[in-house]
Amino acid sequence: MTSTSFDVEKIRKDFPIFSRELPDGRPLVYLDSGNSSQKPNQVIDVMREHLALHYSNVGRAMHVLGAESTDAYEGARDKIAGFIGAPSRDEVIFTKNASEALNLLAYSFGNPANTDPRFTIGPGDEIVVSEMEHHSNIVPWQMLAQRTGATLKWFGVTDEGRLDYDPALITERTKIVSITHQSNVLGTVNPVAAVAARAHEAGALIAVDASQSVPHHPVNVAGLDADFVVFTGHKMVGPSGIGVLWGRGELLEAMPPFLGGGEMIEAVWMDRSTYAPIPHKFEAGTPPIVEAIGLGAAADYLTEVGLDAVEAHERTLTAYALEALREVPRLRLIGPDTLEERGATVSFTLEGIHPHDVGQILDDHFGVAVRVGHHCARPLHLRFGIPATTRASFYLYNTTGEIDALVRGLHHVQKVFA
Amino acid sequence: MIGESMYQELILEHYKHPQGRGLREPYDAEVHHVNPTCGDEITLRVKVGDAGKILDVSYEGQGCSISQAAASVLHELTTGSTVEETLSVVDEFTRLMQGRGKIEADEEVLGDAVAFAGVAKFPARVKCALLSWMAYKDAVVRSAER
Repeated sequence: MTSTSFDVEKIRKDFPIFSRELPDGRPLVYLDSGNSSQKPNQVIDVMREHLALHYSNVGRAMHVLGAESTDAYEGARDKIAGFIGAPSRDEVIFTKNASEALNLLAYSFGNPANTDPRFTIGPGDEIVVSEMEHHSNIVPWQMLAQRTGATLKWFGVTDEGRLDYDPALITERTKIVSITHQSNVLGTVNPVAAVAARAHEAGALIAVDASQSVPHHPVNVAGLDADFVVFTGHKMVGPSGIGVLWGRGELLEAMPPFLGGGEMIEAVWMDRSTYAPIPHKFEAGTPPIVEAIGLGAAADYLTEVGLDAVEAHERTLTAYALEALREVPRLRLIGPDTLEERGATVSFTLEGIHPHDVGQILDDHFGVAVRVGHHCARPLHLRFGIPATTRASFYLYNTTGEIDALVRGLHHVQKVFA
Repeated sequence: MIGESMYQELILEHYKHPQGRGLREPYDAEVHHVNPTCGDEITLRVKVGDAGKILDVSYEGQGCSISQAAASVLHELTTGSTVEETLSVVDEFTRLMQGRGKIEADEEVLGDAVAFAGVAKFPARVKCALLSWMAYKDAVVRSAER
């Protein structure tokens, strides 16, 4: 470790899962945080305490528990607003996950009940994404294009795994650009601010999928110059079932509601309704209360550790991993082989060995948990002419020793298939 | 080491040296099956001769060692037998794969395919082993419809 302020062994003690063993006494080497992260006691305890002592519904119950639950739920919104530098807490919309946030956004366009020109879309209009997106940032836009007759366009990806950024792809007909901040396969960090500037110049809106960046780097939504930012709780040491859509207030106000139901209304008659102001306009029904509170605790935890320190630690791990994987014969890295503009996600193939076999043997013999497959980014794998990759993704609790275990495992895999 | 029992030498042999691989003419039916969760795929052809004798099973595919070795073993076990005989092998193989590792394989019926018994303990991998076998069953049915 280069950083003296970051004590990974102390961090690991916060995560009870690292005190368990796998069957047959194998140690757990968890290198799958890009898929979902583990949870610290600080999050587990807050959720348990809320369920045990404060739980009731939020926003409507006129009793002590209702007030405590509402305070905690809305307090979580304040924490998230602070965590991502949102200018206003009302701009933080709780969703089920990042996928729901992106669907909410996609369904805001081309709604006949909404005439705001920024959200109208039809034949001749364009939606721009990239080839390195997660399916959740492709499929909702394909569906929008199918509903409205708009055209879906995309930036390609270079052989090195960088965004093949062509500003001219964004035109006067572009309504929305939606790209990932950090690729969940390549680790590549995209030049979001530059793309945002071009989108705004063309009169388009821009959304950023920050699911893989918010957990790992200090992210300030105002600094990104984006109109919308989405991310999910379970990848940032928080629980599953809770995600976030941040949007500029005036845009959220101009958007039609997505789901109708309780809590999102102002008044209801049998033939019509008026809607609550943001954020509640977009939070129909009883929300994931304890999950939101857990996400607030996750933001507190990461703030306490310090995202600068997390980022520096992950950088050390990534440098170590890139160096170590270079020593593995017949290994092809899919993604940048330098530390520049890249996060702690490393994907690769081993010649002649299918990733499912790699993952199975790593798990069975060494307790190394990686993800294998197309990682919900099939178009990206097609781009590289491969059906699947093996992906190791690191987080604040990982160690260089665990990367050694991965490399030992890979050598064994090659021995089995030699 | 659980995995050791799954990656039997025989499976690895078939993966490294697949038998009967490649698509050949003539054929009565061709099918394409995919496993959407992992992207494994197989294109498989069957040629049935007189008295229901399987003259050739040819295939091309991509995927993990389990799925590819299973196709190779399938080729060996089916070619030269009758449709009826092979379908009973398919049934026994399916029964073994779906037995969660708790049923005894009938080596008389399955021959080399018993090597896949260990796969049955891994629910996520069972469909890898079954991919080509289900494709074969489908192809045989279609060839009969001609």
